[in-house]
Order: sequence, then C-alpha cells, then structure tokens
Amino acid sequence: MNIWLIMLIGGSITFGMRFSLIYLFGRFEVPETMRRALHYVPPAVLSAIIVPELLIQDGSLNLAFTNIRLIAGIIAIAAAWVSRNILITILVGMAALLILGWM
Amino acid sequence: MESSVVKEKRGFVNEAQKSFLEGVRAEVPLLIGVFPFGMIYGALALNAGISAFASQMMSSIVFAGSSQFIAAKLAADSAPGFVIILTIAVVNLRHMLYSASLAPYLKHLSLRWKFLLSYLLTDEAYAPSILKYEKEGVKPFSHWFLLGAGFSLWFTWQVSTALGIFVGTEMPGDIPLEFALPLTFIAMVVPILKKRPLVAAAVSAGITALLAYNLPFRLGLILAALVGIIVGTVLEGRASQKELP
Repeated sequence: MNIWLIMLIGGSITFGMRFSLIYLFGRFEVPETMRRALHYVPPAVLSAIIVPELLIQDGSLNLAFTNIRLIAGIIAIAAAWVSRNILITILVGMAALLILGWM
Repeated sequence: MESSVVKEKRGFVNEAQKSFLEGVRAEVPLLIGVFPFGMIYGALALNAGISAFASQMMSSIVFAGSSQFIAAKLAADSAPGFVIILTIAVVNLRHMLYSASLAPYLKHLSLRWKFLLSYLLTDEAYAPSILKYEKEGVKPFSHWFLLGAGFSLWFTWQVSTALGIFVGTEMPGDIPLEFALPLTFIAMVVPILKKRPLVAAAVSAGITALLAYNLPFRLGLILAALVGIIVGTVLEGRASQKELP
C-alpha cells in the first residue's frame, strides 16, 4: 500500500479518536459515574508513562541501584513533593542523572 | 461608543493572548524532552526508506510521536499497509481517554474549535491542560491555553522532524534531554496525588504498566490507565460510602 494512503487513513483514524468524545460529550450529558472515573485519567495515564521510563532498561525490568534513571526519578519525585515546582523538579532530576552517570 | 467597543475587543484579544502564552509556557519543559524524539523520528523515517517529504508530512498528518516511530519501523520491515494502519490506530487508542477527559471542559466551544483542539490533542498537550482545567475550571478563554500548549508542541514537532531528516540526530554534548519528558510528567503528577484513591490509581497504573510492558501495540499503557481509573473510582466509591451514617 502507498505510504501516503497509509498516512492519510492512519491520520484520519487518529484524529477521529481525538475528536470522538469531545464531540459526543458535547452533545450528550456525561454520566455521573463516568465523570468521576475521568477524574482518575491524569494520574493513571501519567504514572503508566513514567514508571516504565524509569524501570525498564533495554526491554527488561531493572530494579538495581545501578539503574541511574530509577535513582534520578526517585530524587525527582522527592523534589516534586517538596517544591511543587516543575522547573526545580526537572533541574534536580537532570542534575541527578548527570552526576550519577559520571560516578 | 465606538471606542468602548474597540477597548472591549482589545480586552478579549489580551485575555486570549494571555491564556495562549500561559499554555506555551506550561509546555516549554515538555518541548525540551520532545525535541530529541522528533529528530530521532525524522532520521528513523528517512532510514526506513520513506521520502523526506512524506517523512515530514507524517508529522503533521498523523502527529502522534510513538505511532510514527512504530509506523516507520514497520515500513522499514515492509509490513502490509493494513497492519501499519491497525498499529497506528491501536497505539493511539489512549487519545480517546484524553478526549473523554477534556470533553466536559470544551463542551461550550464551536465545532471549529473542537476540530482544531482535537487535532492538537497529544499526550504532551493533554497533561498540562487537564491539570489546569481541573484546578481552575472553565473560564471564558481557557481553551486558548490548550491551543497554546498544543500549537507549541506541534511547531516543535515539525521543526525537530525536519532537523532529524536534514541534519541527522547529532546533538551538542550528550545530555540525555529526552529524560526531561518523564521528569516533567513526574512534576505534574506528584502534586495532584492528594487523596488515597488518587495515589492508588497512580500506583496500580504504574505496576500494571510494568507487568504489561511486553504487550504489543503499546496496549500495556492503555490497560494500565484503565486499571488505575477503575481502582481509583472504586476506592472513591467506598470512601464516600463509609462517610454515610
């Protein structure tokens, strides 16, 4: 199949999914249970993205202390908890990763 | 009379602009992390035998990072077209969750706005916007925030793709910039974990994401999100039941 056709169909499906519920929930009332459930989308999705980034190395689980991304991530979580500031969290996490990498 | 109309109009423009720039500012840390990914995608797509023009256009037609990576890889392996399309669709399923989650906040907008904001709805535009809306609710110009976040990401994605295609992935020094992405998400998620059901949702989603990591099509991510949502909702239901006399 032509790459352009693949891109157009793939792109349309992606757009359709992004648009789907913004459109539908604009026309119909969101049920109360659903509304409550949606409140948990951000913590659930973000954690599901973060945790493998820190713990999976080269396709497998690495829980060792030699996993510098894990240690830098834990330090960043502490920094986020204390500072509640995005810039500080990134700077602390990056610094931790670089320092641990040099050690 | 006329001057007051003009003034009012200028007020609208200023408010909209303010909200837009606030969205751009919230997006900046994510842009740092996204930039290297865009470059890697550009180089990868070119290596996969996709023409420079088509590689670049994929970044605006599909405009979804991880699905573009996987599509380029499948094209390199000369996988059948329907397999690539199906893969793009499944990898991007999570956007339906974002769509549902943002819907109540975009309800009042015109169809044209809904189209535009849907097109710009990525992981990175969703995260700062939903947190902003959950904290502050809907204001007359709050959709400009999502536009600012979404557009700055879109722009960065196009530029970084082009750089990857035409210059390659040579980066000055070897600072692992892509680590800024999980770091920003950490900075966003930690402050919202204020109640036990929210913590439980985050922890259960994280564990499920690890257990399901090897599932194809990044299905582990959506499975993990669903587990987190269910755990959070059920625990919240129990907590409110206990409060009853």
